[in-house]
Amino acid sequence: MVDIQNLTFRRGERVIYDNMSMQFSRGKVTAIMGPSGIGKTTLLRLIGGQLKPDSGSIVFDGANIPTLKRHELYQARKKMSMLFQSGALFTEMSVFDNVAFPIREHTRLPEAIIRMMVLMKLEAVGLRGARDLMPSELSGGMARRAALARAIALDPQLIMYDEPFAGQDPISMGVIVRLIKSLNDALGMTSIVVSHDVTEVMSIADYVYIVAERKVIGHGTPAQLLQHESPLVQQFLQGQADGPVPFHFKAADYAQELMEMKG
Amino acid sequence: MTTRKLEVIVGAFVAIAIAALLLLALKVANTGVTGSDETYKLLAKFENIGGLKVRSPVKVGGVVVGRVSDIQLDPESFQPIVTLEINASYSNFPETSSLAILTSGLLGEQYIGLQAGFVDETVTILKNGDYVENTKGAIVLEELIGQFLFNRGNS
Amino acid sequence: MLNKLQQLGAATIGTIQGLGRASLMLFGALWGRPRPVKAWPLYVKQFYVVGVLSLLIILVSGLFIGMVLALQGYTVLAKFGAEQMLGPLVALSLLRELGPVVTALLFAGRAGSALTAEIGLMKATEQLSSMEMMAVDPLRRIIAPRFWAGVICMPLLALIFNAVGILGGHLVGVDWLGVDGGGYWSAMQANVDFYDDIVNGIIKSAVFAFIVTVIALHKGFDAIPTSEGISQATTQTVVTASLAVLGFDFILTAVMFGG
Repeated sequence: MVDIQNLTFRRGERVIYDNMSMQFSRGKVTAIMGPSGIGKTTLLRLIGGQLKPDSGSIVFDGANIPTLKRHELYQARKKMSMLFQSGALFTEMSVFDNVAFPIREHTRLPEAIIRMMVLMKLEAVGLRGARDLMPSELSGGMARRAALARAIALDPQLIMYDEPFAGQDPISMGVIVRLIKSLNDALGMTSIVVSHDVTEVMSIADYVYIVAERKVIGHGTPAQLLQHESPLVQQFLQGQADGPVPFHFKAADYAQELMEMKG
Repeated sequence: MTTRKLEVIVGAFVAIAIAALLLLALKVANTGVTGSDETYKLLAKFENIGGLKVRSPVKVGGVVVGRVSDIQLDPESFQPIVTLEINASYSNFPETSSLAILTSGLLGEQYIGLQAGFVDETVTILKNGDYVENTKGAIVLEELIGQFLFNRGNS
Repeated sequence: MLNKLQQLGAATIGTIQGLGRASLMLFGALWGRPRPVKAWPLYVKQFYVVGVLSLLIILVSGLFIGMVLALQGYTVLAKFGAEQMLGPLVALSLLRELGPVVTALLFAGRAGSALTAEIGLMKATEQLSSMEMMAVDPLRRIIAPRFWAGVICMPLLALIFNAVGILGGHLVGVDWLGVDGGGYWSAMQANVDFYDDIVNGIIKSAVFAFIVTVIALHKGFDAIPTSEGISQATTQTVVTASLAVLGFDFILTAVMFGG
């Protein structure tokens, strides 16, 4: 479904990705994990065409995203969808209008049918009763579910989740895990989940990529990864404080610096 | 429903703006008087027009009856020719009428004062395009002072 | 020395880059594709937010500025016995200068800062990004209606400002200070020209509208998506737009009335 080949992306002088390749297969939940600050969100924006890579190809449904013309890109985006970390609901509209937004923008369906579609999507995320609330009246978990309803409003083929579990209490986390799984199975969507919550990801992902230091350091099914020989992968999966990724930020010798303070 | 309500409010806003423009155009700039009303033209040669400008008023006894519509220089006599647009409702000035360039107040703007002349059988009424023969130009302050000093020197 | 030179260079390059990004934004907003399907309600909403909601401050300021002009003008004119010139004084000051400029400054403070903050906040909360991912162009859907609303509403507001100001001048000059009412209007009519004064004032106002709206939209769209960045962008909108208005006012006045 999405095929990334030899992707290189720089932001200014800093290299974010160096010659990285990944594949996301149709109908599967694929997860991208890695420590914070390695630009996982950037990867999603690259797939969505909001950023252009320095080199390499990103093929989505037969089209190479970076080379698309503007209106072709907008056509391609109608087939994909993204759930932002903050939810990114439109603050001036009610939940109902938020979910109806993509339908109203891209179709000319009569209002009665739109209403039916919106109610179905809201029912799927369990927020049918909250349709008249404004986004500011929702809790964090509800806002994310409402955003999810909006993301699936047009039944996209690909849905990308940006840190769907971050900052959620255990109950709403469980709700979202269930939703991602069930939406993927019921609607046959391809899902890409970017996260660093190891247990949740391992429970729903069909395939996992672990990204660190500008490239993929390990990939496989969750079962394969647990057996992975790389110490870096093991450190990440088990959440050890010190290891190949050092606890200390790069610095001069500790004892020496203390001495300098004295002098 | 809400869009309709907004449309009404925005419509009212635009209507207020148009009303403001009308007020400015009609009441403040007074575009209406010379533009739409019927007028006829009179011409007059002056010695000197001083600070007279296009759109300066033409007054009879203080009442505005028209405006200066054009000022040009006669290429032969080198005298300014002033075209006046007079409101058609004042169409019975005799040819013996006289024009003078006057100043309203000490520092005010200049205007043309029209003094209606006498009427008898031999006198015709001024028509569109006629010249008013009897004119008195603007008083130029410097000349006036010069004359005054000259007279004093003589006496 | 070299450092100062470098600073100057960096500032110049920054300014030019900003102008370039603003032009790109404007171009994308006005000619970009795809267009939103149902644009009309969006425009109506922005006309309401940008125009109608600025009406009150314009009405009140216009009235007071007209009243103050009449009061100040009267004391000076009375010394020369030229009270009948009060009408032209109030009308010409408003039509040529104060109407367009004060409206633009108030507009920058009222509507401009609100536009910047709104768009900056939409950017910070990823609303613009998510709109883009839903294949809806934010330039077309968010920027374009606000641009047109600003550019069209401000000259209308300036007209209202002028009219209210002249009425305010009448209130003080005629009803309070006792200038002859007929003289107030007729002296005004004798001295105000529709094209030279009123139309030129509208042209000025339209130029200011363009400047203020583009600055406000650009600052919001380019804001650093943090709360600090947005507050900075809002301040910059008011400062930059006000300075730009005053600068362009000098140029326009020199071109229109200077010769």
